[in-house]
Amino acid sequence: MENLQMISSAKTPEVLFDAENGKLLLKGRSIPENSIEFYKPLYDWVDSYAGQPKSETTIEVMLEYFNTSSSKCLLDLFKKLERMNGDASSVAVHWYYEEDDEDMAEAGEDYQAIIKLPFKMIEINEI
Amino acid sequence: MNEFIGSDYLFEVQIVIFALTNPMALTNIYSLYRTMEEENVLLSFKGIVTSDLLTTVLSIMENKMHTMQESPKKQKKVFNVLVECLQNLYHHVDHDLAASNESRELLERRSAIILIVKENEHFLIRTGNYIDNGKVRDLNERLNKINSLEKDELKNYYQTSLNSSTVSSKGTAGLGMIDIARKSGNKLDFEFLKVNEEASFFCLNVKID
Repeated sequence: MENLQMISSAKTPEVLFDAENGKLLLKGRSIPENSIEFYKPLYDWVDSYAGQPKSETTIEVMLEYFNTSSSKCLLDLFKKLERMNGDASSVAVHWYYEEDDEDMAEAGEDYQAIIKLPFKMIEINEI
Repeated sequence: MNEFIGSDYLFEVQIVIFALTNPMALTNIYSLYRTMEEENVLLSFKGIVTSDLLTTVLSIMENKMHTMQESPKKQKKVFNVLVECLQNLYHHVDHDLAASNESRELLERRSAIILIVKENEHFLIRTGNYIDNGKVRDLNERLNKINSLEKDELKNYYQTSLNSSTVSSKGTAGLGMIDIARKSGNKLDFEFLKVNEEASFFCLNVKID
């Protein structure tokens, strides 16, 4: 299966969904006015990956900023991964936030409260 | 330090030209400038809020805050709140209609004002836009509800809303105001001014410590 790769823009993050290694990366900022357009190809990719996933799948969320339009789309992405989690693949979320960025750490906790997937909160110097 | 951006630059040029031929208006624009200077306005805009405008305003503010050597934490807070405030204004406008040829009055109804102010150690984001009178009651209730909640209640309210909301075709999830209140850490300061039988002007003041 093909990887999904997108370069970052002023309002959208870098995307690298690697089917071979079961690693899904979102990095940068996600602040488009209409995030559905941006997230649609990501959903489609995850749907087809879910048919033949690796035994371990990790989504690495390294976001500096995201808007509320994206927050709902991220939740839907996590929900797809939550449904996939089980016998075929064990899914984990790595949630990165910059040191002192309490808002981003809290945003990770928001998802953790809703989504039944193991979350690893990782503080780093700079995204 | 005001910056006029994008297509509205032309509009401002027209005002200046008009001002040069009219001594009264010339004084007015100076007093407008002085008022903004005294109020510590970092950036101002009046007009129709487009996607390109948002990109430009965000980039200008990022550079400004960097130059002002604000802490990374404050820069992030202001940026986050600004994104939501600007996107509220953006989504409020019906862009298909705004692009078509229309009467001046209808175009004005779709225009908004944005002021970004630095006052002592805090930032103020002030916005104003027209809203149909029929929508005032709902928005007023939502904002009062948000203001009645304390920090932890706001967090729960956000999580519940996030989990139950659906994204509209415009990309809005109804979470913007909750997020603004949560990230700013202050109550939302707002007012509706009735303009006529159809519309009111919605003024929002967000203080970021």
